[in-house]
Amino acid sequence: MKQDVFERQQQHFWSEYAVLLQRLETGDTTGYRNFASSYRRLCQHLSVARHRSYSPHLISYLNDLMLRGHQMLYRRPSHFWLSFLGFIRYDFPQAVRANQQYVWLASALLYLPFIVLIIAIKLQPDLVNLVLDPHDVASYEAMYDPTSERLGRPREASTDVQMFGFYIYNNIGIAFRTFATGILYTLGSLFFLIYNGIHMGAVAGHLTEIGYTEPFWTFVIAHGAFELTAIVFSGAAGIKLGFSLLSPGNLSRLESLKRSAKACTPILFGMVGMLLIAAFIEAFWSSDHTMPVAVKYSVGAVMWALVTCYFVFSGRVREPR
Amino acid sequence: MLDTSIAIETPEGVDFDLTPAGPLSRALAYMADFLIRLGVVLACMIVLSIFGEAGVGISLIIYFVLEWFYPVLFEVYRAATPGKKWMNLIVVHDDGAPITFSSSLLRNLLRTADILPVFYALGLVSMMCNKQFKRLGDIAAGTVVVRARRPETLTALAEPGVRAPSVPLKPEEQKAIVQFAQRAGVLSQARRQELANILEPLHHEKDEAAVVNLNQMANYLLGKTPGPEPVREPFAPEPSSSIAQPPEERQ
Repeated sequence: MKQDVFERQQQHFWSEYAVLLQRLETGDTTGYRNFASSYRRLCQHLSVARHRSYSPHLISYLNDLMLRGHQMLYRRPSHFWLSFLGFIRYDFPQAVRANQQYVWLASALLYLPFIVLIIAIKLQPDLVNLVLDPHDVASYEAMYDPTSERLGRPREASTDVQMFGFYIYNNIGIAFRTFATGILYTLGSLFFLIYNGIHMGAVAGHLTEIGYTEPFWTFVIAHGAFELTAIVFSGAAGIKLGFSLLSPGNLSRLESLKRSAKACTPILFGMVGMLLIAAFIEAFWSSDHTMPVAVKYSVGAVMWALVTCYFVFSGRVREPR
Repeated sequence: MLDTSIAIETPEGVDFDLTPAGPLSRALAYMADFLIRLGVVLACMIVLSIFGEAGVGISLIIYFVLEWFYPVLFEVYRAATPGKKWMNLIVVHDDGAPITFSSSLLRNLLRTADILPVFYALGLVSMMCNKQFKRLGDIAAGTVVVRARRPETLTALAEPGVRAPSVPLKPEEQKAIVQFAQRAGVLSQARRQELANILEPLHHEKDEAAVVNLNQMANYLLGKTPGPEPVREPFAPEPSSSIAQPPEERQ
């Protein structure tokens, strides 16, 4: 059959299909029952057109119609907003437990340098100058000075809302970077975890050493439960990503990377939520020093217990999807 | 083939083509998006500065949301950020399906790795190393940035008359002539004549006459009948729906 005859025979069907497609693309579902069969018929036309070497113009016209139909028909269901509660109850803790070897590894990489540095500075107080810039040391000292009006922030920045914004911008950014650089064969995540561990350890050790124990630890304990855990998760997800490239098993590296990235996404969503909670606590509760010390420590302990219980106990009922 | 199109296999057993977008158009789209974000952040900072320090906090939150979620929201709800739309690009899964929220988030988070060490150097290397121009984020999320075609219409050839070629033509030659006639709209008159003149041994004509000659040859190759052209009504709705009818042209 010559192209012109074919075109003349089918033109009417194509334009009607295009009209239906246009309607579906704008969300109007009238006549959707005809869509699947029309789409299959169009696919057949495209393959006939290719087989008979019709002109590229016609083939690209049909190709375009088919692509748009394919996008309509094979839209992947996105249940994220619908199953928000299910995510909190099951998916997030299950994803964390499913990857617990990475979570333990990331915890070790963050907390071991932290503890080592605290002990080392206890034994050898000058060590802090090796790790931190003297200027930073001075600014940390100013932030946690027991005589200051608000804790844990530079003097010139003093409203809670401003610090809330800063924590969101800064902390979630750090967590995202810790995750994303893991794609470089885990190196980026390893670096950020250890670096943050050393940095926090040096600050904590130094402030404890010079006697600012109370303002520092009462400040960090409550939001630390969410913030440090979230940083550990982002590092764990990053290491998983990089490790899937290092050791793909029976898969190709590409496929292995894709699968591990997909498995990481619940952890990433959860991590963002935890950092939002952390930023809120940090800005509006941690910096308040009018509370008695005992209250701040016990709230902090409750936060840690909550986070731990959540990841140990929740979502045990339903099988992981 | 010189072009970079990739064939996507569908469950219907028919492939369709996607054209992945190269680094240059994506860089331009990124620059446009960057400028838009910069403009919005600056405008917010100026407006919110009347609220003092709380305003600074809110504008930091806006900055954060724009930095990390601006591409995600546009890609999920519009298939492309304004910059990409301007360059006529869309983001799809590498099986041709529309992008989902989690894939979009993943590919945009991994920007952080692509941007290393400076100016998306790693992303550029990654794009050069695979046929679909994927940066690291695209590889992990299973997405690809493709050229969106503007909705095409089938235009009937305007040239009246039918003329058989004087010598037998090979299939590729036939194809070239038909393509020449159908691309008339995108070529300038001078270029059309220049191209038609190359085939002088075939039609022994010059300039506009050569173009007409080739167009009529294309009509012949497409199988048009001489005489008055049957009237085409491409978008005239008819009462009887041909969509409802089963396909009858299987061969």
